Amino acid sequence: MFGVEVSQLFFYLLSFIIIVSAIYVVSLRNIFHCALFLVLCLFSVAGIYILLEAEFLAAVQVLIYVGAVSILMIFAIMLTSRLANKKIMQSNDNVTVAIFVCAGFLLTSLGSFGYTVWKVVDSPLPENNTLTIGKLLMTDYVLPFEVVSIVLLAAMIGAIVLARREKI
Amino acid sequence: MAQYAAVLIFLLVGIGIVLFTFFMSRLIRPSNPYKAKNQSYECAEQPIGDSWIRFNNRFYIFALIFVVFDVEAVFLFPWAVAFGHLGLFALIEMMIFIMILLFGLFYAWKKGVLKWV
Amino acid sequence: MELIGIFKYLYEQLVATGIPQVWVDLISLVASAVIIFGVLALIALFLVWWERKLSADFQQRMGPMLTGWHGLIQTVADAIKLIQKEDITPTKADRPVFFWAPIICFVAAFAVYVTVPFGEGLIVSDLNIGILYIVAITTFTVISLLMAGWGSNNKYALLGGMRSAAQVVSYEVPMIVAILSVIVFVGSLSMVDIVESQALIYQWYIFRMPFGPIAFVIFIIAATAETNRTPFDLPEAEQELVAGFNIEYSGMKFAMFFLAEFINMFTVSAIGATLFLGGWQGPFLPSWVWFLVKTFGLVFVFMWFRWTYPRLRVDQLMEFSWKFLLPLAFANLILAGWMKYSGWFNW
Repeated sequence: MFGVEVSQLFFYLLSFIIIVSAIYVVSLRNIFHCALFLVLCLFSVAGIYILLEAEFLAAVQVLIYVGAVSILMIFAIMLTSRLANKKIMQSNDNVTVAIFVCAGFLLTSLGSFGYTVWKVVDSPLPENNTLTIGKLLMTDYVLPFEVVSIVLLAAMIGAIVLARREKI
Repeated sequence: MAQYAAVLIFLLVGIGIVLFTFFMSRLIRPSNPYKAKNQSYECAEQPIGDSWIRFNNRFYIFALIFVVFDVEAVFLFPWAVAFGHLGLFALIEMMIFIMILLFGLFYAWKKGVLKWV
Repeated sequence: MELIGIFKYLYEQLVATGIPQVWVDLISLVASAVIIFGVLALIALFLVWWERKLSADFQQRMGPMLTGWHGLIQTVADAIKLIQKEDITPTKADRPVFFWAPIICFVAAFAVYVTVPFGEGLIVSDLNIGILYIVAITTFTVISLLMAGWGSNNKYALLGGMRSAAQVVSYEVPMIVAILSVIVFVGSLSMVDIVESQALIYQWYIFRMPFGPIAFVIFIIAATAETNRTPFDLPEAEQELVAGFNIEYSGMKFAMFFLAEFINMFTVSAIGATLFLGGWQGPFLPSWVWFLVKTFGLVFVFMWFRWTYPRLRVDQLMEFSWKFLLPLAFANLILAGWMKYSGWFNW
């Protein structure tokens, strides 16, 4: 139904939303509004995944980042009364240093974009990418799959220990 | 990808319909705000203090455990779809995966984190 | 009478006008969105009336009787009243957040219907990640509840919103795992594939002993909690929180929360019917009639719960999910995997 031009149009539209909302995230004074713009930003990234025909990743992006991580962050905001009802400072005195560091990072990444040889896949993408991911997870990437569970376990135990403020 | 045009249309039409009903009701509803009416509702008491208060951190701990299990569920989706094409090996892999995380849940349980009081 | 014939005829008429294909598709998508909104609004109006009538029956009252036959157009009158209500925004409210919360709540409930199969062929778009899309897009409801709580700047509202979010989040994992145990058998996330794998009554997933009924019960319990209905209606507990997250809302903004709540109840029933009760499959009657019969059957179960059980305490609610439902759901998933592998009941 869509030609290449339309999907390019959507790509630029989504990129614009992502960049603008990301700027709002780091510049607004109300931290709850920052969290909401982060939700918008992450949701638009899911749109980019759709354009790349990675539907499974798009759904995961919404489920994890919109449904879980942002709720975790809002709960964290509610934990900190100081942040919740006051205007926060989004910048400090180290602006000059930050500009240099950011410019350096920008140049490095632009340079590496230029040098990288981007592979172009000629063959059509698999029709059902959930199935393909599942098969790969259970054959070629079994070890990473199991390591993920260990990482998640470590994250959970660490969070519990930190949150309970146990006396060591 | 074209299938997902439907999702975009539904999001836009949904927002459009709501804004339209807001607009329609604005045409016929009264608007007579005054100070006492626009006060925060607190059973006719004068609200004292801010409502953006500090919440108990158990909300945060439960959300954290939820994030972990949500990520786990996401990994199980491709497994469930592909399982028909795989064998016993995949079942055992998945069991190990779940067991490791259930151990985390058990740890939280024993540490009394799952208690909501 | 097969409804799909009407839609096919309309689509062909649209093609025959000779406008470009892109516009034909766009017009038919917008039209289907508007039609589904109309159907959902009618269903919500009916459900409100049905809930009031059922609660009256359970309590041996009459319920609404005066407006129309047995009060049938009572909710239409209510809706007309709500449109005329003044829209109040508290002075202390966070205005943009307060304004967008009901919109996001409604759109999250509405966008699910992109991929709900109302009948054979009666689906707007058969997404290949169908059920995962539904699970993902409904998470926006939690965001909208938190926005409503925060935006109102009201103590009850924020506490209600936080409690809602904590509750929905706690019951989401058992629900996803119960859904997964069905996906293991289907081998696809598409809603149409899920329905087509249960063509005959003994193939319905609720009858696949022993994992089916367990997954169904987990799903129903989790769905009751996700839709914030009794016995899991703590976030809206009138006696302690007055009304929960929607306390400061009035007029059409309140109506949107109310509409979304009833659409969500219909949604979880429709998903339950699709996953466990064979969706549109059934003999003699048209497929969409079967779908509606099964879905309204499940809606009746939810209403039955509401007017039968007392409300849980908040600690019981959280501990029930994490200490009982979640381990049970995982054990059931392993059982389902083993059944699929061994071919037991896998007809």
